[in-house]
Amino acid sequence: MVTGTVESGSLQTAIEWMERDTDAEPVIEVEGLNFYYGRDRTLSDVSVSIPQHGVTAIMGPSGCGKSTFLRTLNRMYEVIPGARAEGTVLFAGEDIFKLDPVTLRRRIGMVFQRPNPFPKSIYDNVAYGPRVHGIRRRSVLDGLVEESLIRAALWDEVKNELKKSAFSLSGGQQQRLCIARALAVRPQVLLMDEPCSSLDPKASSQIEATTRELAAELTVVIVTHNLHQAARVSDHVGVFLSGGVLAEFGPTKKVFEAPRHPDVQDYLAGRFG
Amino acid sequence: MTERRRRRITQAIAFCLLGSAGLSVLLTLAIILYFMTAQGSRAVSWEFLTEFPRKGMTEGGIYPAIVGSFCLATGAIVISFPLAVSSAIWLSEYARGSLWVRVIRVGVNTLAGVPSIVFGLLGLAFFVGVLKLGVSVLAGALTLALLILPIIIRASEEALRAVPTSFREGALALGATQWQTVRTIVLPAALPGILTGAILGVSRAVGETAPIMFTAAAFYMARLPRSPFDKVMALPYHVFVMATENPNYWRTKDLQFGTTLVLLALVLSLNLGVVVWRTGLRRRKRW
Ligand SMILES: Nc1ncnc2c1ncn2[C@@H]1O[C@H](COP(=O)(O)OP(=O)(O)OP(=O)(O)O)[C@@H](O)[C@H]1O
Ligand SMILES: [Mg+2]
Repeated sequence: MVTGTVESGSLQTAIEWMERDTDAEPVIEVEGLNFYYGRDRTLSDVSVSIPQHGVTAIMGPSGCGKSTFLRTLNRMYEVIPGARAEGTVLFAGEDIFKLDPVTLRRRIGMVFQRPNPFPKSIYDNVAYGPRVHGIRRRSVLDGLVEESLIRAALWDEVKNELKKSAFSLSGGQQQRLCIARALAVRPQVLLMDEPCSSLDPKASSQIEATTRELAAELTVVIVTHNLHQAARVSDHVGVFLSGGVLAEFGPTKKVFEAPRHPDVQDYLAGRFG
Repeated sequence: MTERRRRRITQAIAFCLLGSAGLSVLLTLAIILYFMTAQGSRAVSWEFLTEFPRKGMTEGGIYPAIVGSFCLATGAIVISFPLAVSSAIWLSEYARGSLWVRVIRVGVNTLAGVPSIVFGLLGLAFFVGVLKLGVSVLAGALTLALLILPIIIRASEEALRAVPTSFREGALALGATQWQTVRTIVLPAALPGILTGAILGVSRAVGETAPIMFTAAAFYMARLPRSPFDKVMALPYHVFVMATENPNYWRTKDLQFGTTLVLLALVLSLNLGVVVWRTGLRRRKRW
Protein backbone atom coordinates (compact mmCIF):
# COMPACT_ATOMS: atom_id res chain seq x y z
CA MET A 1 0.00 0.00 0.00
CA VAL A 2 2.80 2.35 0.87
CA THR A 3 4.78 1.64 -2.28
CA GLY A 4 1.58 1.76 -4.27
CA THR A 5 0.82 5.32 -3.32
CA VAL A 6 4.33 6.73 -3.53
CA GLU A 7 4.87 4.91 -6.80
CA SER A 8 4.79 7.99 -9.01
CA GLY A 9 7.97 8.99 -7.22
CA SER A 10 7.41 12.69 -6.74
CA LEU A 11 7.92 14.21 -3.32
CA GLN A 12 4.63 16.07 -3.67
CA THR A 13 2.71 12.82 -3.97
CA ALA A 14 4.46 11.43 -0.95
CA ILE A 15 3.55 14.46 1.12
CA GLU A 16 -0.03 14.30 -0.05
CA TRP A 17 -0.19 10.65 0.82
CA MET A 18 1.22 11.29 4.28
CA GLU A 19 -1.32 14.01 4.88
CA ARG A 20 -4.15 11.81 3.72
CA ASP A 21 -2.98 9.01 5.94
CA THR A 22 -3.43 11.19 9.02
CA ASP A 23 -7.13 11.62 8.36
CA ALA A 24 -8.03 9.84 11.51
CA GLU A 25 -5.77 12.05 13.63
CA PRO A 26 -7.38 15.04 15.35
CA VAL A 27 -6.09 18.37 14.08
CA ILE A 28 -7.40 20.33 17.06
CA GLU A 29 -7.53 18.86 20.54
CA VAL A 30 -9.28 20.86 23.23
CA GLU A 31 -8.90 19.76 26.81
CA GLY A 32 -10.64 21.32 29.83
CA LEU A 33 -11.25 24.68 28.16
CA ASN A 34 -12.87 27.37 30.30
CA PHE A 35 -13.57 30.81 28.91
CA TYR A 36 -14.34 34.03 30.75
CA TYR A 37 -15.54 37.49 29.74
CA GLY A 38 -14.47 39.28 32.90
CA ARG A 39 -16.13 37.21 35.63
CA ASP A 40 -18.75 35.56 33.43
CA ARG A 41 -17.90 32.01 32.44
CA THR A 42 -18.91 31.47 28.82
CA LEU A 43 -17.40 28.05 28.14
CA SER A 44 -17.18 25.47 30.87
CA ASP A 45 -14.83 22.56 30.75
CA VAL A 46 -15.00 21.90 27.03
CA SER A 47 -13.04 18.90 25.79
CA VAL A 48 -13.20 17.83 22.19
CA SER A 49 -11.07 16.47 19.38
CA ILE A 50 -11.80 17.87 15.96
CA PRO A 51 -10.81 15.40 13.27
CA GLN A 52 -8.64 16.40 10.35
CA HIS A 53 -10.35 17.24 7.05
CA GLY A 54 -14.07 17.17 6.63
CA VAL A 55 -16.59 19.56 8.12
CA THR A 56 -17.34 19.86 11.80
CA ALA A 57 -20.54 21.75 12.55
CA ILE A 58 -21.01 23.57 15.84
CA MET A 59 -24.60 24.11 16.91
CA GLY A 60 -26.59 25.23 19.88
CA PRO A 61 -29.04 27.84 21.10
CA SER A 62 -28.22 31.54 20.86
CA GLY A 63 -25.71 32.84 23.38
CA CYS A 64 -24.35 29.43 24.34
CA GLY A 65 -20.80 30.27 23.33
CA LYS A 66 -20.40 28.95 19.78
CA SER A 67 -18.71 32.09 18.48
CA THR A 68 -16.60 32.26 21.61
CA PHE A 69 -15.45 28.68 21.06
CA LEU A 70 -14.50 29.46 17.47
CA ARG A 71 -12.65 32.61 18.44
CA THR A 72 -10.67 30.67 21.00
CA LEU A 73 -9.30 28.34 18.35
CA ASN A 74 -7.49 31.16 16.48
CA ARG A 75 -7.12 33.36 19.55
CA MET A 76 -9.23 36.14 18.02
CA TYR A 77 -10.85 36.65 21.42
CA GLU A 78 -7.63 38.31 22.55
CA VAL A 79 -8.65 41.66 21.04
CA ILE A 80 -11.51 41.87 23.56
CA PRO A 81 -10.38 43.44 26.84
CA GLY A 82 -11.04 41.16 29.82
CA ALA A 83 -11.52 38.00 27.76
CA ARG A 84 -9.55 35.05 29.06
CA ALA A 85 -9.19 31.36 28.14
CA GLU A 86 -7.95 28.58 30.42
CA GLY A 87 -7.14 25.00 29.54
CA THR A 88 -5.22 23.43 26.70
CA VAL A 89 -5.82 23.68 23.01
CA LEU A 90 -3.48 21.76 20.76
CA PHE A 91 -3.27 22.49 17.07
CA ALA A 92 -1.37 19.80 15.15
CA GLY A 93 0.11 18.79 18.46
CA GLU A 94 1.28 22.31 19.41
CA ASP A 95 -0.09 24.40 22.27
CA ILE A 96 -1.80 27.35 20.58
CA PHE A 97 -1.22 29.59 23.57
CA LYS A 98 2.53 29.19 23.09
CA LEU A 99 2.37 29.85 19.35
CA ASP A 100 2.74 33.31 17.91
CA PRO A 101 -0.86 34.47 17.22
CA VAL A 102 0.22 35.69 13.78
CA THR A 103 1.48 32.21 12.85
CA LEU A 104 -1.57 30.58 14.36
CA ARG A 105 -4.05 32.77 12.47
CA ARG A 106 -2.19 32.19 9.26
CA ARG A 107 -2.71 28.45 9.68
CA ILE A 108 -6.26 28.71 11.06
CA GLY A 109 -8.29 31.06 8.88
CA MET A 110 -11.65 32.61 9.72
CA VAL A 111 -14.77 33.69 7.87
CA PHE A 112 -17.18 35.94 9.73
CA GLN A 113 -20.93 36.08 10.08
CA ARG A 114 -21.32 39.17 7.95
CA PRO A 115 -19.18 39.45 4.84
CA ASN A 116 -16.41 41.91 5.67
CA PRO A 117 -14.39 42.63 2.54
CA PHE A 118 -11.85 45.46 2.84
CA PRO A 119 -12.60 48.70 0.97
CA LYS A 120 -10.20 47.64 -1.77
CA SER A 121 -10.38 45.91 -5.13
CA ILE A 122 -11.30 42.24 -5.43
CA TYR A 123 -7.70 41.41 -6.29
CA ASP A 124 -6.27 43.38 -3.36
CA ASN A 125 -8.69 41.70 -0.97
CA VAL A 126 -7.49 38.24 -1.88
CA ALA A 127 -3.83 39.30 -2.12
CA TYR A 128 -3.99 41.01 1.28
CA GLY A 129 -3.00 37.97 3.35
CA PRO A 130 -0.07 36.88 1.17
CA ARG A 131 1.18 40.48 1.01
CA VAL A 132 1.02 40.84 4.77
CA HIS A 133 3.14 37.71 4.98
CA GLY A 134 5.78 39.21 2.76
CA ILE A 135 4.93 37.92 -0.72
CA ARG A 136 5.63 40.69 -3.24
CA ARG A 137 6.25 38.89 -6.53
CA ARG A 138 3.42 39.74 -8.89
CA SER A 139 3.42 36.34 -10.58
CA VAL A 140 3.14 34.52 -7.24
CA LEU A 141 0.34 36.82 -6.10
CA ASP A 142 -1.52 36.41 -9.39
CA GLY A 143 -1.31 32.65 -8.98
CA LEU A 144 -2.54 32.71 -5.40
CA VAL A 145 -5.42 35.05 -6.22
CA GLU A 146 -6.59 32.87 -9.08
CA GLU A 147 -6.19 29.64 -7.13
CA SER A 148 -8.07 31.00 -4.12
CA LEU A 149 -10.92 32.46 -6.16
CA ILE A 150 -11.28 29.13 -7.99
CA ARG A 151 -11.39 27.22 -4.72
CA ALA A 152 -14.00 29.62 -3.38
CA ALA A 153 -16.04 29.12 -6.58
CA LEU A 154 -15.95 32.82 -7.44
CA TRP A 155 -13.36 32.93 -10.22
CA ASP A 156 -15.70 32.58 -13.17
CA GLU A 157 -17.85 35.46 -11.94
CA VAL A 158 -15.06 37.95 -11.27
CA LYS A 159 -12.09 37.01 -13.46
CA ASN A 160 -12.67 39.95 -15.79
CA GLU A 161 -13.18 42.55 -13.09
CA LEU A 162 -10.51 41.89 -10.50
CA LYS A 163 -9.79 45.62 -10.28
CA LYS A 164 -13.35 46.50 -9.30
CA SER A 165 -14.23 47.38 -5.73
CA ALA A 166 -15.18 44.43 -3.54
CA PHE A 167 -18.30 46.38 -2.55
CA SER A 168 -19.65 46.07 -6.08
CA LEU A 169 -20.27 42.36 -5.41
CA SER A 170 -23.49 40.87 -4.05
CA GLY A 171 -23.66 39.66 -0.45
CA GLY A 172 -23.13 36.03 -1.41
CA GLN A 173 -20.24 36.93 -3.69
CA GLN A 174 -18.72 39.05 -0.94
CA GLN A 175 -18.86 36.10 1.44
CA ARG A 176 -17.17 33.85 -1.13
CA LEU A 177 -14.59 36.60 -1.60
CA CYS A 178 -13.95 36.47 2.14
CA ILE A 179 -13.52 32.70 1.87
CA ALA A 180 -11.06 33.20 -1.00
CA ARG A 181 -9.24 35.82 1.05
CA ALA A 182 -8.89 33.34 3.91
CA LEU A 183 -7.75 30.56 1.55
CA ALA A 184 -5.03 32.72 -0.01
CA VAL A 185 -2.75 32.25 2.98
CA ARG A 186 -3.20 28.46 2.59
CA PRO A 187 -4.60 27.68 6.05
CA GLN A 188 -4.99 24.12 7.31
CA VAL A 189 -8.19 24.91 9.18
CA LEU A 190 -11.00 27.26 8.21
CA LEU A 191 -13.34 28.54 10.91
CA MET A 192 -16.70 29.83 9.68
CA ASP A 193 -19.06 31.64 12.04
CA GLU A 194 -22.57 31.43 10.60
CA PRO A 195 -21.27 32.31 7.13
CA CYS A 196 -24.72 32.09 5.55
CA SER A 197 -26.83 33.92 8.09
CA SER A 198 -26.98 37.15 6.07
CA LEU A 199 -27.47 35.42 2.71
CA ASP A 200 -30.42 34.25 0.66
CA PRO A 201 -31.04 30.48 0.11
CA LYS A 202 -29.31 30.38 -3.28
CA ALA A 203 -26.17 32.09 -2.03
CA SER A 204 -26.26 29.83 1.05
CA SER A 205 -26.32 26.65 -0.99
CA GLN A 206 -23.41 27.95 -3.08
CA ILE A 207 -21.42 28.49 0.11
CA GLU A 208 -22.41 25.02 1.30
CA ALA A 209 -21.18 23.43 -1.93
CA THR A 210 -17.91 25.37 -1.66
CA THR A 211 -17.51 24.24 1.92
CA ARG A 212 -18.01 20.60 0.95
CA GLU A 213 -15.34 20.86 -1.71
CA LEU A 214 -12.87 22.57 0.58
CA ALA A 215 -13.36 19.86 3.17
CA ALA A 216 -11.46 17.44 0.93
CA GLU A 217 -8.20 19.23 1.63
CA LEU A 218 -8.70 21.19 4.82
CA THR A 219 -10.56 21.09 8.07
CA VAL A 220 -13.67 23.25 8.23
CA VAL A 221 -15.33 24.15 11.52
CA ILE A 222 -18.64 25.85 10.85
CA VAL A 223 -21.12 27.39 13.28
CA THR A 224 -24.69 27.18 12.08
CA HIS A 225 -28.19 27.63 13.43
CA ASN A 226 -29.66 25.73 10.55
CA LEU A 227 -30.20 22.05 11.38
CA HIS A 228 -30.68 21.11 7.74
CA GLN A 229 -27.53 22.88 6.76
CA ALA A 230 -25.60 21.04 9.45
CA ALA A 231 -27.06 17.73 8.31
CA ARG A 232 -26.20 18.43 4.67
CA VAL A 233 -22.75 19.82 5.07
CA SER A 234 -21.06 18.27 8.09
CA ASP A 235 -19.30 15.04 8.94
CA HIS A 236 -19.20 15.71 12.65
CA VAL A 237 -21.46 17.77 14.90
CA GLY A 238 -20.91 19.34 18.28
CA VAL A 239 -23.86 20.77 20.21
CA PHE A 240 -23.34 23.39 22.90
CA LEU A 241 -26.02 24.04 25.49
CA SER A 242 -26.54 27.16 27.55
CA GLY A 243 -23.75 27.71 30.04
CA GLY A 244 -21.18 26.84 27.41
CA VAL A 245 -21.29 23.09 27.94
CA LEU A 246 -20.46 20.90 24.99
CA ALA A 247 -23.23 18.37 25.51
CA GLU A 248 -22.78 16.23 22.44
CA PHE A 249 -20.09 15.53 19.89
CA GLY A 250 -19.89 12.81 17.26
CA PRO A 251 -20.45 11.83 13.65
CA THR A 252 -23.35 13.83 12.19
CA LYS A 253 -25.52 10.82 11.40
CA LYS A 254 -25.14 9.42 14.86
CA VAL A 255 -25.86 12.70 16.64
CA PHE A 256 -28.93 13.45 14.55
CA GLU A 257 -30.37 9.96 14.80
CA ALA A 258 -29.62 9.15 18.39
CA PRO A 259 -28.48 12.05 20.54
CA ARG A 260 -27.62 10.93 24.03
CA HIS A 261 -28.32 14.13 25.94
CA PRO A 262 -32.07 14.76 26.47
CA ASP A 263 -31.70 18.54 26.01
CA VAL A 264 -29.88 17.93 22.74
CA GLN A 265 -32.78 15.74 21.64
CA ASP A 266 -35.13 18.63 22.35
CA TYR A 267 -32.85 21.09 20.57
CA LEU A 268 -32.56 18.93 17.47
CA ALA A 269 -36.31 18.34 17.49
CA GLY A 270 -36.67 22.12 17.29
CA ARG A 271 -38.24 22.42 20.71
CA PHE A 272 -35.93 25.26 21.79
CA GLY A 273 -32.99 27.39 20.61
CA MET B 1 -60.52 70.50 20.00
CA THR B 2 -58.96 73.27 22.05
CA GLU B 3 -56.19 70.87 23.01
CA ARG B 4 -55.39 70.26 19.37
CA ARG B 5 -55.49 73.95 18.64
CA ARG B 6 -53.12 74.69 21.47
CA ARG B 7 -50.72 72.10 20.18
CA ARG B 8 -50.88 73.60 16.72
CA ILE B 9 -50.03 77.02 18.07
CA THR B 10 -47.15 75.68 20.15
CA GLN B 11 -45.89 73.91 17.07
CA ALA B 12 -46.06 77.09 15.01
CA ILE B 13 -44.25 79.15 17.65
CA ALA B 14 -41.50 76.54 18.05
CA PHE B 15 -41.10 76.39 14.30
CA CYS B 16 -40.77 80.17 14.05
CA LEU B 17 -38.25 80.39 16.87
CA LEU B 18 -36.06 77.57 15.61
CA GLY B 19 -36.36 78.73 12.04
CA SER B 20 -35.36 82.28 12.85
CA ALA B 21 -32.44 81.00 14.93
CA GLY B 22 -31.25 79.05 11.92
CA LEU B 23 -31.79 82.02 9.64
CA SER B 24 -29.91 84.38 11.94
CA VAL B 25 -26.80 82.21 11.55
CA LEU B 26 -27.02 82.50 7.80
CA LEU B 27 -27.76 86.19 8.09
CA THR B 28 -24.69 86.81 10.25
CA LEU B 29 -22.50 85.03 7.74
CA ALA B 30 -24.09 86.98 4.90
CA ILE B 31 -23.55 90.29 6.68
CA ILE B 32 -19.91 89.50 7.35
CA LEU B 33 -19.32 88.44 3.77
CA TYR B 34 -21.16 91.44 2.32
CA PHE B 35 -19.39 93.95 4.54
CA MET B 36 -15.97 92.49 3.93
CA THR B 37 -16.43 92.25 0.20
CA ALA B 38 -17.93 95.70 -0.15
CA GLN B 39 -15.25 97.37 1.94
CA GLY B 40 -12.31 95.16 1.04
CA SER B 41 -12.70 94.75 -2.67
CA ARG B 42 -11.74 98.38 -3.14
CA ALA B 43 -8.21 97.57 -1.95
CA VAL B 44 -7.74 94.11 -3.40
CA SER B 45 -5.89 94.01 -6.70
CA TRP B 46 -3.04 92.04 -8.22
CA GLU B 47 -0.53 94.59 -6.86
CA PHE B 48 -2.10 94.33 -3.42
CA LEU B 49 -1.43 90.59 -3.38
CA THR B 50 2.11 90.73 -4.82
CA GLU B 51 3.75 93.89 -3.47
CA PHE B 52 5.34 94.99 -0.23
CA PRO B 53 3.69 97.67 1.92
CA ARG B 54 4.90 101.22 1.23
CA LYS B 55 4.96 104.57 3.04
CA GLY B 56 4.66 103.29 6.59
CA MET B 57 2.13 100.70 5.50
CA THR B 58 -0.36 103.27 4.31
CA GLU B 59 0.00 102.09 0.72
CA GLY B 60 1.15 99.08 -1.25
CA GLY B 61 0.41 95.39 -0.82
CA ILE B 62 0.45 92.60 1.71
CA TYR B 63 2.67 90.08 -0.08
CA PRO B 64 5.04 89.47 2.87
CA ALA B 65 2.11 88.92 5.23
CA ILE B 66 0.62 86.33 2.87
CA VAL B 67 3.97 84.54 2.64
CA GLY B 68 4.43 84.78 6.40
CA SER B 69 1.01 83.34 7.18
CA PHE B 70 1.70 80.55 4.69
CA CYS B 71 5.02 79.73 6.40
CA LEU B 72 3.50 79.75 9.87
CA ALA B 73 0.52 77.57 8.92
CA THR B 74 2.68 75.12 7.00
CA GLY B 75 5.15 74.91 9.86
CA ALA B 76 2.36 74.39 12.37
CA ILE B 77 0.72 71.59 10.41
CA VAL B 78 4.02 69.86 9.64
CA ILE B 79 4.84 69.79 13.34
CA SER B 80 1.35 69.06 14.61
CA PHE B 81 0.07 66.51 12.11
CA PRO B 82 2.41 63.56 12.83
CA LEU B 83 2.15 64.12 16.56
CA ALA B 84 -1.64 64.38 16.53
CA VAL B 85 -2.17 61.38 14.26
CA SER B 86 0.18 59.20 16.30
CA SER B 87 -1.64 60.16 19.50
CA ALA B 88 -4.99 59.45 17.89
CA ILE B 89 -3.79 56.03 16.68
CA TRP B 90 -2.53 55.22 20.13
CA LEU B 91 -5.76 56.38 21.78
CA SER B 92 -8.08 54.59 19.39
CA GLU B 93 -6.15 51.45 18.40
CA TYR B 94 -3.78 50.53 21.18
CA ALA B 95 -5.03 51.93 24.48
CA ARG B 96 -8.76 51.72 23.80
CA GLY B 97 -10.80 51.49 26.98
CA SER B 98 -7.93 52.00 29.40
CA LEU B 99 -7.87 54.59 32.16
CA TRP B 100 -5.09 56.47 30.36
CA VAL B 101 -7.33 57.09 27.40
CA ARG B 102 -9.92 58.78 29.58
CA VAL B 103 -7.31 60.89 31.36
CA ILE B 104 -5.70 61.95 28.10
CA ARG B 105 -9.05 62.71 26.50
CA VAL B 106 -9.89 65.06 29.36
CA GLY B 107 -6.48 66.66 28.81
CA VAL B 108 -7.06 67.08 25.09
CA ASN B 109 -10.49 68.63 25.65
CA THR B 110 -9.08 71.02 28.22
CA LEU B 111 -6.31 71.99 25.85
CA ALA B 112 -8.91 72.74 23.19
CA GLY B 113 -10.60 75.16 25.58
CA VAL B 114 -7.51 77.14 26.58
CA PRO B 115 -7.66 80.74 25.28
CA SER B 116 -5.22 81.39 22.48
CA ILE B 117 -3.47 84.23 24.31
CA VAL B 118 -2.34 81.67 26.87
CA PHE B 119 -0.65 79.75 24.08
CA GLY B 120 0.97 83.01 23.00
CA LEU B 121 2.43 83.61 26.43
CA LEU B 122 3.48 79.98 26.78
CA GLY B 123 5.23 80.21 23.41
CA LEU B 124 6.97 83.40 24.48
CA ALA B 125 8.15 81.88 27.74
CA PHE B 126 9.10 78.44 26.46
CA PHE B 127 9.98 78.49 22.76
CA VAL B 128 11.28 82.05 22.59
CA GLY B 129 12.78 82.10 26.08
CA VAL B 130 13.78 78.69 27.37
CA LEU B 131 14.57 77.10 23.99
CA LYS B 132 16.12 80.40 22.83
CA LEU B 133 14.49 80.27 19.41
CA GLY B 134 13.91 84.01 19.54
CA VAL B 135 10.90 85.63 17.95
CA SER B 136 10.87 83.51 14.82
CA VAL B 137 8.83 81.51 12.32
CA LEU B 138 9.87 78.38 14.18
CA ALA B 139 8.70 79.62 17.59
CA GLY B 140 5.41 80.81 16.07
CA ALA B 141 4.84 77.57 14.19
CA LEU B 142 5.51 75.55 17.35
CA THR B 143 3.05 77.67 19.31
CA LEU B 144 0.39 77.33 16.63
CA ALA B 145 1.11 73.60 16.45
CA LEU B 146 0.22 73.29 20.14
CA LEU B 147 -2.94 75.30 19.56
CA ILE B 148 -4.23 73.07 16.75
CA LEU B 149 -3.01 69.80 18.26
CA PRO B 150 -6.28 69.03 20.10
CA ILE B 151 -8.36 69.87 17.03
CA ILE B 152 -6.49 67.36 14.88
CA ILE B 153 -6.31 64.73 17.62
CA ARG B 154 -10.05 64.84 18.15
CA ALA B 155 -10.90 64.73 14.46
CA SER B 156 -8.43 61.89 13.84
CA GLU B 157 -9.59 59.85 16.79
CA GLU B 158 -13.19 60.16 15.68
CA ALA B 159 -12.28 59.17 12.16
CA LEU B 160 -10.34 56.13 13.38
CA ARG B 161 -13.11 54.99 15.68
CA ALA B 162 -15.60 55.25 12.83
CA VAL B 163 -13.74 52.53 10.92
CA PRO B 164 -15.80 49.33 11.33
CA THR B 165 -14.37 46.74 13.72
CA SER B 166 -15.06 44.09 11.11
CA PHE B 167 -12.24 45.52 8.95
CA ARG B 168 -9.77 45.13 11.79
CA GLU B 169 -10.99 41.63 12.58
CA GLY B 170 -10.72 40.64 8.94
CA ALA B 171 -7.09 41.70 8.79
CA LEU B 172 -6.10 40.23 12.17
CA ALA B 173 -7.76 36.91 11.29
CA LEU B 174 -5.49 36.68 8.24
CA GLY B 175 -2.45 36.87 10.48
CA ALA B 176 -1.73 40.58 10.08
CA THR B 177 -0.02 42.18 13.06
CA GLN B 178 -1.81 45.04 14.76
CA TRP B 179 0.49 47.60 13.18
CA GLN B 180 -0.02 46.09 9.73
CA THR B 181 -3.76 46.27 10.32
CA VAL B 182 -3.57 49.91 11.34
CA ARG B 183 -1.26 50.89 8.50
CA THR B 184 -2.91 49.06 5.63
CA ILE B 185 -6.59 48.99 6.60
CA VAL B 186 -7.56 51.38 9.36
CA LEU B 187 -5.53 54.47 8.39
CA PRO B 188 -6.52 54.47 4.70
CA ALA B 189 -10.18 54.14 5.70
CA ALA B 190 -9.90 56.99 8.20
CA LEU B 191 -7.82 59.27 5.98
CA PRO B 192 -10.61 61.57 4.76
CA GLY B 193 -11.64 62.36 8.34
CA ILE B 194 -8.05 62.85 9.45
CA LEU B 195 -7.27 65.23 6.60
CA THR B 196 -10.45 67.18 7.31
CA GLY B 197 -9.20 67.67 10.84
CA ALA B 198 -5.84 68.78 9.52
CA ILE B 199 -7.36 71.41 7.26
CA LEU B 200 -9.63 72.71 10.00
CA GLY B 201 -6.44 73.00 12.06
CA VAL B 202 -4.67 74.91 9.30
CA SER B 203 -7.51 77.38 8.86
CA ARG B 204 -7.55 77.96 12.62
CA ALA B 205 -3.77 78.52 12.60
CA VAL B 206 -3.98 80.98 9.69
CA GLY B 207 -6.51 83.14 11.46
CA GLU B 208 -5.04 83.39 14.96
CA THR B 209 -3.29 86.56 16.13
CA ALA B 210 -2.61 86.05 19.83
CA PRO B 211 -0.35 82.99 19.59
CA ILE B 212 2.02 84.63 17.08
CA MET B 213 1.95 88.14 18.48
CA PHE B 214 4.86 87.55 20.87
CA THR B 215 6.44 84.56 19.18
CA ALA B 216 6.78 85.19 15.45
CA ALA B 217 5.13 88.29 14.10
CA ALA B 218 7.01 91.32 12.85
CA PHE B 219 5.54 94.79 12.66
CA TYR B 220 7.14 95.36 9.29
CA MET B 221 9.69 93.47 7.21
CA ALA B 222 11.34 94.88 4.12
CA ARG B 223 12.16 91.36 2.90
CA LEU B 224 10.82 87.85 3.05
CA PRO B 225 12.02 85.50 5.81
CA ARG B 226 15.19 83.65 4.84
CA SER B 227 15.31 81.04 7.58
CA PRO B 228 13.03 79.54 10.25
CA PHE B 229 14.74 81.86 12.72
CA ASP B 230 13.56 85.04 10.98
CA LYS B 231 10.58 87.03 12.09
CA VAL B 232 7.68 87.26 9.66
CA MET B 233 4.70 89.38 8.91
CA ALA B 234 1.34 87.60 9.10
CA LEU B 235 -2.13 88.52 7.84
CA PRO B 236 -4.08 88.74 11.11
CA TYR B 237 -1.28 90.57 12.90
CA HIS B 238 -0.91 92.95 9.97
CA VAL B 239 -4.57 93.93 10.33
CA PHE B 240 -4.08 94.36 14.05
CA VAL B 241 -1.04 96.59 13.53
CA MET B 242 -2.68 98.76 10.89
CA ALA B 243 -5.76 99.19 13.04
CA THR B 244 -4.04 100.01 16.33
CA GLU B 245 -0.42 101.10 15.99
CA ASN B 246 -0.64 103.55 13.16
CA PRO B 247 -1.65 107.05 14.21
CA ASN B 248 -3.28 107.41 10.83
CA TYR B 249 -5.28 104.23 11.19
CA TRP B 250 -8.29 105.65 9.39
CA ARG B 251 -6.19 106.24 6.30
CA THR B 252 -5.54 102.51 6.04
CA LYS B 253 -9.20 101.48 6.45
CA ASP B 254 -9.39 100.07 2.93
CA LEU B 255 -6.13 98.18 3.33
CA GLN B 256 -7.36 96.65 6.59
CA PHE B 257 -10.56 95.42 5.01
CA GLY B 258 -8.65 94.23 1.99
CA THR B 259 -6.32 92.18 4.19
CA THR B 260 -9.23 90.78 6.16
CA LEU B 261 -10.96 89.85 2.94
CA VAL B 262 -7.89 87.95 1.77
CA LEU B 263 -7.70 86.15 5.12
CA LEU B 264 -11.38 85.32 5.04
CA ALA B 265 -11.22 84.08 1.46
CA LEU B 266 -8.29 81.88 2.40
CA VAL B 267 -10.07 80.29 5.37
CA LEU B 268 -13.38 79.93 3.58
CA SER B 269 -11.85 78.33 0.51
CA LEU B 270 -9.91 75.88 2.70
CA ASN B 271 -13.14 74.90 4.44
CA LEU B 272 -15.13 74.78 1.24
CA GLY B 273 -12.43 72.64 -0.35
CA VAL B 274 -12.75 70.15 2.49
CA VAL B 275 -16.53 69.98 2.19
CA VAL B 276 -16.45 69.39 -1.56
CA TRP B 277 -13.65 66.85 -1.32
CA ARG B 278 -15.33 64.96 1.49
CA THR B 279 -18.64 64.62 -0.28
CA GLY B 280 -16.70 63.22 -3.22
CA LEU B 281 -14.95 60.68 -1.01
CA ARG B 282 -18.13 59.78 0.81
CA ARG B 283 -19.83 58.98 -2.44
CA ARG B 284 -17.04 56.52 -3.24
CA LYS B 285 -16.73 54.74 0.09
CA ARG B 286 -19.61 52.54 1.11
CA TRP B 287 -19.76 50.50 4.24
N1 LIG C 1 -17.38 40.87 23.92
C1 LIG C 1 -18.10 40.29 24.90
N2 LIG C 1 -18.04 40.78 26.15
C2 LIG C 1 -18.77 40.21 27.13
N3 LIG C 1 -19.57 39.16 26.97
C3 LIG C 1 -19.68 38.62 25.75
C4 LIG C 1 -18.95 39.16 24.64
N4 LIG C 1 -19.23 38.43 23.55
C5 LIG C 1 -20.12 37.48 23.95
N5 LIG C 1 -20.37 37.60 25.26
C6 LIG C 1 -21.27 36.72 26.03
O1 LIG C 1 -20.84 35.38 25.95
C7 LIG C 1 -21.92 34.51 25.73
C8 LIG C 1 -21.68 33.67 24.50
O2 LIG C 1 -21.61 34.50 23.38
P1 LIG C 1 -21.34 33.94 21.91
O3 LIG C 1 -21.29 35.09 21.00
O4 LIG C 1 -20.17 33.04 21.94
O5 LIG C 1 -22.68 33.09 21.67
P2 LIG C 1 -23.16 32.36 20.36
O6 LIG C 1 -23.41 30.95 20.74
O7 LIG C 1 -22.23 32.60 19.24
O8 LIG C 1 -24.55 33.05 20.09
P3 LIG C 1 -25.24 33.38 18.70
O9 LIG C 1 -25.83 32.08 18.24
O10 LIG C 1 -26.31 34.36 19.05
O11 LIG C 1 -24.22 33.92 17.77
C9 LIG C 1 -23.16 35.37 25.63
O12 LIG C 1 -23.85 35.26 26.85
C10 LIG C 1 -22.67 36.76 25.43
O13 LIG C 1 -23.49 37.66 26.13
MG1 LIG D 1 -22.31 33.73 17.40
